[in-house]
Amino acid sequence: MRRSDRWVGIALAGLGAVVLWTGRGFPNVPGQRLGAGFLPMLTGAGLVLCALALIARSQRAGAYPADAEPAAPRREHYGSALVIVATVIAYVLLADRVGFLFVAPACLIAVFLALRVRLVPALLWAIGGTIVVHVAFYKLLRVPLPWGLLRPFY
Amino acid sequence: MDAVLTAFGLVFQPYVLVVIVLSALYGLFVGAIPGLTATMATALLVPVTFFMPPVPAIAAIVTATAMAIFAGDIPSALLRMPGTPASAAYTDEAYLLTRKGQAEIALGSGLVFSVLGGIFGVLVLIVAAPALAEVALKFSSFEYFWLVMLGFTCAIFIAGSDPLKGVVSLLLGLLISCVGLDNPAGAPRYTFGNAELAGGISLIPLMIGMFAVGEVLRFAISDDKPAMAVERPFGNVFRGMWALVKKYPLQLLRGSALGTLVGALPGAGADIAAWMSYGMSKKFSKEPEKFGTGHVEGIVESGAANNSALGGAWIPALVFGIPGDSITAIAIGVLYLKNMNPGPMLFVENPQNIYAVFIVFMLAQILMLPLGWLAIKVAKQILRIPAAVLMPLILLFCVVGSFAINNSMFGVIVMLVGGIVAFFMERWGFPIAPTILAVVLGTMLEEHFFSSLVKADGNLLAFFERPIAGTLGVLTLLIWGLPLLRRRARTAAPT
Repeated sequence: MRRSDRWVGIALAGLGAVVLWTGRGFPNVPGQRLGAGFLPMLTGAGLVLCALALIARSQRAGAYPADAEPAAPRREHYGSALVIVATVIAYVLLADRVGFLFVAPACLIAVFLALRVRLVPALLWAIGGTIVVHVAFYKLLRVPLPWGLLRPFY
Repeated sequence: MDAVLTAFGLVFQPYVLVVIVLSALYGLFVGAIPGLTATMATALLVPVTFFMPPVPAIAAIVTATAMAIFAGDIPSALLRMPGTPASAAYTDEAYLLTRKGQAEIALGSGLVFSVLGGIFGVLVLIVAAPALAEVALKFSSFEYFWLVMLGFTCAIFIAGSDPLKGVVSLLLGLLISCVGLDNPAGAPRYTFGNAELAGGISLIPLMIGMFAVGEVLRFAISDDKPAMAVERPFGNVFRGMWALVKKYPLQLLRGSALGTLVGALPGAGADIAAWMSYGMSKKFSKEPEKFGTGHVEGIVESGAANNSALGGAWIPALVFGIPGDSITAIAIGVLYLKNMNPGPMLFVENPQNIYAVFIVFMLAQILMLPLGWLAIKVAKQILRIPAAVLMPLILLFCVVGSFAINNSMFGVIVMLVGGIVAFFMERWGFPIAPTILAVVLGTMLEEHFFSSLVKADGNLLAFFERPIAGTLGVLTLLIWGLPLLRRRARTAAPT
């Protein structure tokens, strides 16, 4: 926690400074001394102060109890988390053009495999899940899920 | 009286009753699966409730959350993994009880005292909310300003273990609430010329991201395989419960009262209520040495507390529009979507809807007995469903749900960013509740601050001149000053 606090503190101080700086450019409420910049500047100043306090605290060994460092999980699968993020980005980029009925099962299969589900169950769950979500949202709730390539047929 | 009858008419319709039963089953399922929280259940439910009339929409949320908080006790007792964070306080106790061969007591006390605590919370809600609304009708922007400040303060100093990180979380939430045109000057802030950003960051996709996608990401990097504590079929879980009620009436009452109170404090919800109650139970117990060895007393008290907190959390949510916990933060979003803007006027203009919420609350508690019993019966089957199969489906649901709120991919982007931010916040020890509270209340804070300032002609002392505003203001400042006072007392004390 100590090391992460220091780096997070530095990043937050940077963010706070940017917010503080940009807050000065917002217009005031007509006839008032304050305006749209007030809350951003307050937030920015607060972030900078907290960030400095966080950095200062991370320098003091006594501020952290000996067991504050979380036990590292036995094995971490950052790759899986990255696949999940990439899958959602792919959905955002492709769904309109290619269509929900193609992109959703592909995304599901990618995530299933990333979470170490075997291929056959992954395929079945992906197709089943897509159909259920399509029926629930498109048919019942009338959400315009994109048809993409299938548009000419509907 | 007419309004009460209308409310009964609104609730006792086949459509609403079906919604209640379905959301109850959904809540039990989500609550029973470790890693899926009650807040996540609510966030995932919102896209569906979006298409319902107000009463069934609120009914779905109320029922699902009540069931989920109870169902969190099931894997606590069987797998030593809390189904929701609200059960974490007494997970070890329940699991050890199961290991002693008393799974029925562990599960049964979880169920029965959840129901009793829940009913207590609802009764307080029914009595307190309309009474508070009467008072709140006289509130001006000064009182609302201080209420929001008090809410922020509670979320940081009462709910959190690390106030410094709590403040950072809160500031991040305020920063998110700055985005868009919705500010006193009507100027675009942090919109980068983007039309979607001009409307502000929409709350529901953000919450789906922070509470559901964050959880999916967390699951992806973990590698836990729990082991079932019992393989035999369960006996009657209700046996011996009446004896427990007679043995621990004070614990039941204390847990329910503390739970309702903590629930009503903004930012602190069922999980904090359970931790505090468990601690209190141990402190005042005649047999504190038995705690941590599979002793039912703590389960009685904190099991009642976490369910009573749900009712309590709706008090400030309905009366002031200030959420009592993360779940009501989402619920407030739904109330706005349904044109049931929370606040005292809701009690004047739409009393039948308020009464309908009360009736649903009561109905959910009563329904919990048979459905909870059923959930315990099939618990072992539910717990065998591998989470790795559920998580991708939840992710798809998140994506489609975030899209459905505005039929826009922008919602999906907000969801993803929210999920990533929540994942790292959790990892680095920053609480999420203050962020959500600040996103929900940021605009309200700014608005009330500016209208107060205009009324007071720039005089800051005016913020303390009205009696209630002054009291709230002093109280807020006192809580802010508390850590400093404590530190001074510690250094001044001779060592």
